[in-house]
Amino acid sequence: MNAVNQAGWRPEMGQANAATRATSSGDRALMLEEALIFELGQPGTCGVDFGETDLPPLDSLAPFLRRDPLDLPGLSEPEAVRHYTRLSRQNYAIDLGPFPLGSCTMKHNPRLNEKVARMAGFADLHPLQPVSTVQGALGAINQLAHWLIELTGMHGVAMSPKAGAHGELCGLLCIKAALEARGEARTTILVPESAHGTNPATAAFAGFAVESIPATCEGRVDLAALTAKLGPHVAGVMITNPNTCGLFERDMKAISDAVHAAGGYVYCDGANFNAVVGKVRPGDLGIDAMHINLHKTFSTPHGGGGPGSGPVVLSAALSPFGPLPFTVREADGSVRLVEEEQAAHEHPQGFGRMAAFHGQMGMFTRALAYILSHGADGLQQVAEDAVLNANYVLCSLDDVLDAPFGASGPCMHEALFSDTGLAEGFSTLDIAKGLIDEGFHPMTVYFPLVVHGAMLVEPTETESKAGLDRFIASLRSLAERARAGDEALKSAPHFAPRRRLDETMAARKPVLVWQG
Amino acid sequence: MTRYYTKDHEWIEVDGDTGTVGITDYAQGQLGDITFVELPDTGAALAKGDAPCVVDSVKAASDVYSPVSGTVTESNHALADEPELVNTQAESGGWLFRLTLSDAGELGGLMDRAAYDAFVGGL
Repeated sequence: MNAVNQAGWRPEMGQANAATRATSSGDRALMLEEALIFELGQPGTCGVDFGETDLPPLDSLAPFLRRDPLDLPGLSEPEAVRHYTRLSRQNYAIDLGPFPLGSCTMKHNPRLNEKVARMAGFADLHPLQPVSTVQGALGAINQLAHWLIELTGMHGVAMSPKAGAHGELCGLLCIKAALEARGEARTTILVPESAHGTNPATAAFAGFAVESIPATCEGRVDLAALTAKLGPHVAGVMITNPNTCGLFERDMKAISDAVHAAGGYVYCDGANFNAVVGKVRPGDLGIDAMHINLHKTFSTPHGGGGPGSGPVVLSAALSPFGPLPFTVREADGSVRLVEEEQAAHEHPQGFGRMAAFHGQMGMFTRALAYILSHGADGLQQVAEDAVLNANYVLCSLDDVLDAPFGASGPCMHEALFSDTGLAEGFSTLDIAKGLIDEGFHPMTVYFPLVVHGAMLVEPTETESKAGLDRFIASLRSLAERARAGDEALKSAPHFAPRRRLDETMAARKPVLVWQG
Repeated sequence: MTRYYTKDHEWIEVDGDTGTVGITDYAQGQLGDITFVELPDTGAALAKGDAPCVVDSVKAASDVYSPVSGTVTESNHALADEPELVNTQAESGGWLFRLTLSDAGELGGLMDRAAYDAFVGGL
């Protein structure tokens, strides 16, 4: 493992030689300890020259005039830039190594996407520009919308939701509008135990009561239990497929049929669409609404690297109730927007707007670039490779880590382990912290809640076999240490810029302001 | 005073028509370090199975269900500053709320200590 680049730098070089005296600065070579920004600079320093104003403040604003100093750190622009750049060197990113966060689909962001998104014709527009001046951008939105409809086998799509949970809300508001149009007051949404926490939160936010559906012992929705809960009060179900245990819900069509027979609608959380894109069309499974996280399946940056985007594909039953605005391509190839002015004639039952404008344009262009550069066959291979990689991880580690649903057949895009078999007093958290020492971002831990001490590993399709082997070797060594009761693991990480943080105190007594 | 237990790991200690509710020591052990407890308002009317409390831990946010129906008379405000009481004294000083029972008959469906211990032993 350590035989790489023998002539190169090694982490221990900073302290290997006992004769090396401490530096006068306290820093070591180019590895710097970073001051807090309030400890930097000088009071009164300002990086910008503000001109003197010769206008008196408006009388109406006079009571709000600031009289005390702002107490901001005083830094010049280069000092501020260096501070944040130095901090960023201590960070971990998808461009540095694997990011195996289950449920998050942290895949490589192709640079082609970035090039396309930066084209002035997409990047430098204003949403209120005349439609005739933004035909290219509207055409791109329309083209992406058609790809999403095609890939999911659905009838329509709402492009404006800004992220997954926003998409969930959009879907449930469509269901609510459809029920109102039918004159029915259904009050309850059914959600499986293993759901993303946003599902019940969204249902509650949309004004529904939430009832939980139990899972079978193999980690899938219990169809009989779900059917027993259906009735005239049930507005619909929210199901994640593949689910958060990394398993495909085989009974999805039967679930949809049962829900439809009882007069409800089926919402699918599409967070895990990466595992089935190009292979399964949710429309064929009877789904009425599903959000697509462009920032997961279609590789737009996320996790601090960019905003999300959560378009919602809709069935024929729900499409009339989708939000404004949307694009329509005319016979002559031009694209126009349907907004409130046209809605009375063209979209009278829409529930309103999810956002001020058309959606996350920068994510649309990146996602469209990803889709077009992969093509339909390439997207199929994305799903196949994502599933292959996850099963490789699962099968390579199931002798040292407990795979609670290992007997339920191959997993989909993510491998799920539990803390069963670790030595007394050792936990999932110890393994996660150990991964930091090994040079990896930890996997998702303690989710889904239905598995004790859950470790959810989603390698994504862009990791090579060599890269996966390195990760698997590290996780194997950590699992063996935790099984053997290696006390040193309990205080990991040992080599990170900070040791193990007191997460409990950080939550109980958070210090959110500069205490100087 | 008699103490009863639920399959959702709440306990209720009943004294006359007053019940004191908390989560069991087993439950706090499963949740890990408690960081915040959301408590019901005095006067809130609860039906058996309602979720008037949320217990946040470093791992998850979990609903606490009322073992019986009744009206909330008091919440344990000490938990605002010391949520860790639920960890250290789950079945005494870390109680969550008190209520006036509206139907003592509902207690019949709950477990006693021996039955609860057997239930936990089988998990």
